Amino acid sequence: MSLLHYIIRRLLLMIVVLFGVTLLVFSIMMIIPPGQRVGIYVQHEKITPSQMEALIIKYGLRDPAPIQYLRWMANVLRGDFGHSVTASAPVSEGFKMYFPVTLELVLLATPLIIIVGIKLGMLGAIHKDRSIDHATRVFAIVGYSLPTFWLGLLLLMIFYGYFGIFPPGTISPDSKDVVFSAEFINFTGLLTLDAILNWRWDIFWDALYHLILPTINLILLNSALLMRLMRSSMLEALGQDFILTALAKGASKRIVYYKHARRNALIPAVTVAGVLFALLMGGMVITETIFARQGIGLWMARAALMLDVPAIMFNVLFLGTVFVTVNLIVDIIYAYIDPRIRLG
Amino acid sequence: MEKEYIDEAGFSRETTAFPELRRPRQPGKHPRLREFIFSVKRFLSNPLSIIGLLIILSFAVIAILAPILAPPPYPDDPYKMPHKGWQMTPSPPSPENPFGTLQQQYDIYYGIVWGARNAFRIGFFVVLANLVVGIILGSLAGYFGGVVDEIIMRITDIFYSLPFLVIAMALVVAIGRGLTSIILVLIILGWPTYTRVIRGEILVIREKEYILAARASGASHLRIIFKHVLPNSIYSVLIIASMQVGTVLITAAALSFLGLGSETGYADLGQMVSTSRNWIVGPPDDRLAYWYVVFIPGFVIALFVLGWNLLGDAARDVFDPKLRRR
Repeated sequence: MSLLHYIIRRLLLMIVVLFGVTLLVFSIMMIIPPGQRVGIYVQHEKITPSQMEALIIKYGLRDPAPIQYLRWMANVLRGDFGHSVTASAPVSEGFKMYFPVTLELVLLATPLIIIVGIKLGMLGAIHKDRSIDHATRVFAIVGYSLPTFWLGLLLLMIFYGYFGIFPPGTISPDSKDVVFSAEFINFTGLLTLDAILNWRWDIFWDALYHLILPTINLILLNSALLMRLMRSSMLEALGQDFILTALAKGASKRIVYYKHARRNALIPAVTVAGVLFALLMGGMVITETIFARQGIGLWMARAALMLDVPAIMFNVLFLGTVFVTVNLIVDIIYAYIDPRIRLG
Repeated sequence: MEKEYIDEAGFSRETTAFPELRRPRQPGKHPRLREFIFSVKRFLSNPLSIIGLLIILSFAVIAILAPILAPPPYPDDPYKMPHKGWQMTPSPPSPENPFGTLQQQYDIYYGIVWGARNAFRIGFFVVLANLVVGIILGSLAGYFGGVVDEIIMRITDIFYSLPFLVIAMALVVAIGRGLTSIILVLIILGWPTYTRVIRGEILVIREKEYILAARASGASHLRIIFKHVLPNSIYSVLIIASMQVGTVLITAAALSFLGLGSETGYADLGQMVSTSRNWIVGPPDDRLAYWYVVFIPGFVIALFVLGWNLLGDAARDVFDPKLRRR
């Protein structure tokens, strides 16, 4: 099978899976009784049962499930996801508001997670069964076992609570006034980038200052998986004959480790990228909640508490779509690197 | 005199190429028993696995002895934590409350003892249910293939295409908050991992000659699955299961932390950490005044999870045929 065929087949499969995801999300939300789902249409707190009944009928919340599903899907395909109570705005507006905050953290944390994971994994493999190896393994297994929320709380308690540095939030109140003023132009919504584009370095440093603890939290928790995989695949690569040949020919250890072996060891590491992303997304909900960052994760957490059904459905769909796409890209890269995959 | 050669597991090497290495099978010990003894020895030779075992054993003792270690004031509902008064500020460790109290004076010591019991309840219940469903569906998919396989695997694809915590949150919200809902949701969402692994293993084993031989000699599908296929593929699943006990607890605790768990005052470790969020910063003169509220319950969760991860890691080294003889 050629690579093109493989990609087309996977794209078709992805559509099927995404369709399944919409069905799943919809069925889950249908479990909530109409009386509670109607809450999102209620404008005033005082509402009589008859008014509520009228709303249920008006929005067809008791229609047969397939009809409700089709109605919902028609809206979704038109880009209408309904109104989010937690964002007090349409879901699409809420998304525009919250997404950049999450994206900023992801863009900062992901490269660091990859660098830390690969570097430590390689170190462990090169110094196998020596103290560096043991230290990195302990780091990995502890990183695996620590609950995200607890580590975040500890970081906050020590740095913010005791030393009074790295406060929670996205930005300090003073900078907030600047960001929301007329002269500050929002180009991307990413605070650090916008600050540079507006040539406001004080804002840039302030935003970065608030990013440090959440980033450390995500790195400590998510690099463990990559590290373990990198260690074992590096060990495998180091055991190959061509490494021995290269060493026997007198190539320096540095070149052999970092060029010959690492290239081969990186191939299996690509496969965990998808899993890594899922972990990151789950970690994001918790991390944003703890560090009070107004991103998608916090939105999702609040929506869950307030039964904000449109926001929940949108977030699950959005994260599912991103996740499926990431996995598809990972698989295509993998199939490109290793042709044996395509045959399977 | 015949030379004997026994490898480290106590197996005799029966090779036709070197008849001098052949010897009659050792009478007495059944090969399975020999393998088991070898496994135990290997397991005990790794200090990390012993630490893991000790951690889990201590937790098990605490969980079993919970009614003695911390006699419940409400025998009908032992998971309900006792508290003296409604004062919001936590009290530091004292002879009466060795680990201090949470807000509203819930005794942390009591919460941990019964929380440990609760942790086992959550972990075992969820993992066991996942295992059963996963093994049944995975065997069906792997053994029969075709349409059955296609349907089951596409469903697992859909489950896999959603970040776990996010879909779990949505489902808990739909069913209604509470610890029971969390357990139920983890059961509903957890099986695809096992299904995939079991199916993969079975696909490999299905093609082996001894399965063909069993089929040729007229064994039924059920007999082949239970007698030949599962015993050969179950180890990798059991290893995952042992590591999942910890992961399940973390996820359950995370959901509790987000406010989707039980009510305040229920002896659930995640719930306890959740209430500690208000006490990160102490008064100005003693900024770490409430460290025990933040540190202790979370530390117990981490220790429990660490124990299971160490055990799972060790189990993989012991049982994985690729690593076993190295």
